[in-house]
Formats: sequence, C-alpha cells, structure tokens
Amino acid sequence: MYVLIAGGGKIGANLARSLLRDGHGHEVTLIEQRRDRYEQLEHEFEHQVQLGDATEIHVLERAGIARPPDVVVAVTGDDEDNIVICQLAREKYGVVKVVARVNDPRNQTHFDLLGISATVSATVSIMALIEHEVPEHDLIHLLELRKENLEIVEVQIDKNAPAAGKRVEKLKLPNGSRLISITRNGRSEIAIGSTELQPGDQVLAILQPGKEDELRRVLLKS
Amino acid sequence: MRALVIGCGRVGSNVAIQLADEGWEVTAVDEKEEALTRLGENWRGGFVLGHGMDVDVLREAGIEDADAVIVATDGDNTNIVIAQVAMKRFDNQCVVVRILDPARADFYTELGLRTISPTKTAIHDLLEAARACEIKPREPVTS
Repeated sequence: MYVLIAGGGKIGANLARSLLRDGHGHEVTLIEQRRDRYEQLEHEFEHQVQLGDATEIHVLERAGIARPPDVVVAVTGDDEDNIVICQLAREKYGVVKVVARVNDPRNQTHFDLLGISATVSATVSIMALIEHEVPEHDLIHLLELRKENLEIVEVQIDKNAPAAGKRVEKLKLPNGSRLISITRNGRSEIAIGSTELQPGDQVLAILQPGKEDELRRVLLKS
Repeated sequence: MRALVIGCGRVGSNVAIQLADEGWEVTAVDEKEEALTRLGENWRGGFVLGHGMDVDVLREAGIEDADAVIVATDGDNTNIVIAQVAMKRFDNQCVVVRILDPARADFYTELGLRTISPTKTAIHDLLEAARACEIKPREPVTS
C-alpha cells in the first residue's frame, strides 16, 4: 500500500514509523514544511521524507499524489490545511481514501460539511474516554458511525428513571433508536422486548444523531 | 445591500471602506483588534472581533443576511474553508475569495468558487508592463 502523509509532527512521524515497520511492506512518503523538523526526520526516513507545504500542488505532485496513493493522511497542526489537502487529494487526483486530523473540535462541522468523513480528533477521543470512565454525564457517546449516520451511546438507569422497572417493549423509544444491550452486575445480555430495565443497569443504545434528547427523556428523565 | 468582509488587512479594509462609501451596509471581521484602526475614525459599519472559521463569529457578523461575502484573510487555506462554509452552509450566493496561490485558485475555481488571485494579476500586469516598454536598439559595443 502507498500512503502519503502530510505533516511530520508526532502523529505523522509515528504513523510513518508504524507503516514502515518490518513486515508491513508499505510504501510511505512524509511531507514536512518546517526545515528544522524536516532535517531531523531525514536522518530517520531519508528519501521517504520531503520538504514542503503539502497544500501546494507542486509539492504534492513531487510526493507522488498523481499515482495516486492508496491513502492520503492529513495530520498537520492546521485544520484548514488538512481540509485543503484532503480536497485536493480526492477531487483533483481521485484518491479514494483520505483521513484527516481535526485539531480544534469546533472545526469538525467544516470537515463534515465538505464530506471529509474519516476524521480523528484527539480532544474528542480523550473526552469520550473521560466520560466513559467518569460517568458524570447521563448519556455517553461511545462510538460515532459517520458513514452510517448512527451513533452508539451508553446510559445508566437510576432509581428514579422513568424506564426503571419497565420492559423494553413498553418503552416509547424515539424513531431511529434501539436498545442494544443491558449490563447488570458485570453481565451483559442483548436487549429484547421482554427485557426488564432495573436501577443500576447500563444500557447501550444505537440511534441517529439528534435523537439524544428524546432518548434521554424516555430512559432517564420524566 | 449588506456585505461581510472577512479579513481586515490592507486589502479587506479597503474593500470594506469602498463598499461602505458606495452605500453598502458593511461588517468587517478580523481576529486582531488593531484591524479596526485600518477602517479609519469615520467607520460607521460593523466590526466583529474573531476568527472567520468560527461559525458563531460569522453568525454574529450577520452572514445569514449578507448579500455578498468577501473573504480576504492572509491565509489561502483559511479563505478557502471560510468561502466554502459561506456557500455551502449558509447558502450565500455571492462569495468572493482571495487565493494568492494561482494553482490552488484554479483548482477551487473549478470546484465552483469565485476566486481572485492577486498573484496571477501581478504576473499578468508585470508581463504587460515589461512588454509595453519602449526599447531602444542597443548601440553596438566597440572594444
């Protein structure tokens, strides 16, 4: 597989390293704009790293964008640069798979708007882990399935929740949502119509984004 | 008519001032407060402090009611993103965007953006000026 990586910071360099590790047989080109960083990287990656601004077309072409690569990964520290790199790769050179880093979570909507769906944000990932470990929030986002436009969330049923003591089939769940499983005393089972919810249960649900409030109302708040 | 000018540097501020002189209702956006001084003491239009990629800033500056959006910050890629947000998210019909790099300007023109590339204009004007020089034939060099 040929992978073009734009941005030779910690993420870019470690990605390149992982891809090049013995046995994978991948081909990698790394593009770094800052000369000091480039010179350091050159010691390790030699001809596999190139100096330049990856949002410039001639730099991308020198790095082999026209072949085109199997994957282009845009992991610079600037969201606008990552967006432009992905658009050039996809629209101008027909790269099928583009992956981008989102530095500022507030820019996520711009990536979504422009159809760059494979995005990774360290802030968002760490937040999700914190929320999972420290369940202060009543509804925790576990996984976003962007392509499918679905997400998986976890909720904890407490004593006063309207859903406590009810069977799944009796719940007026919002359209576009479904319960997946119930975890009770460390044991999980798939949620079916006759499953009864009890205080303390951890429930996984799958739903369309935007249905969170309705689901919260049915399960958690009266 | 309402115009939103994003990026109030040398270019943006002059565009804002001239549009205001022509009777437009203009709001300028810049992330630096000093930019306001470029608009002069008599500036009667709006000014919003903030980054043009911030949707809340764009809303505050009135992007939803703007008849024209001029994007002229000093970053090509920043401009490219803001212009697409104005067009695709806020459905603005008249978005003009400054892109210095001619290659990127061409690409985004193909994608449907109304791009202005000052670099291209400079290349063109410099070439024209050079061609227009009246060149006297050189005297043969005698040794």
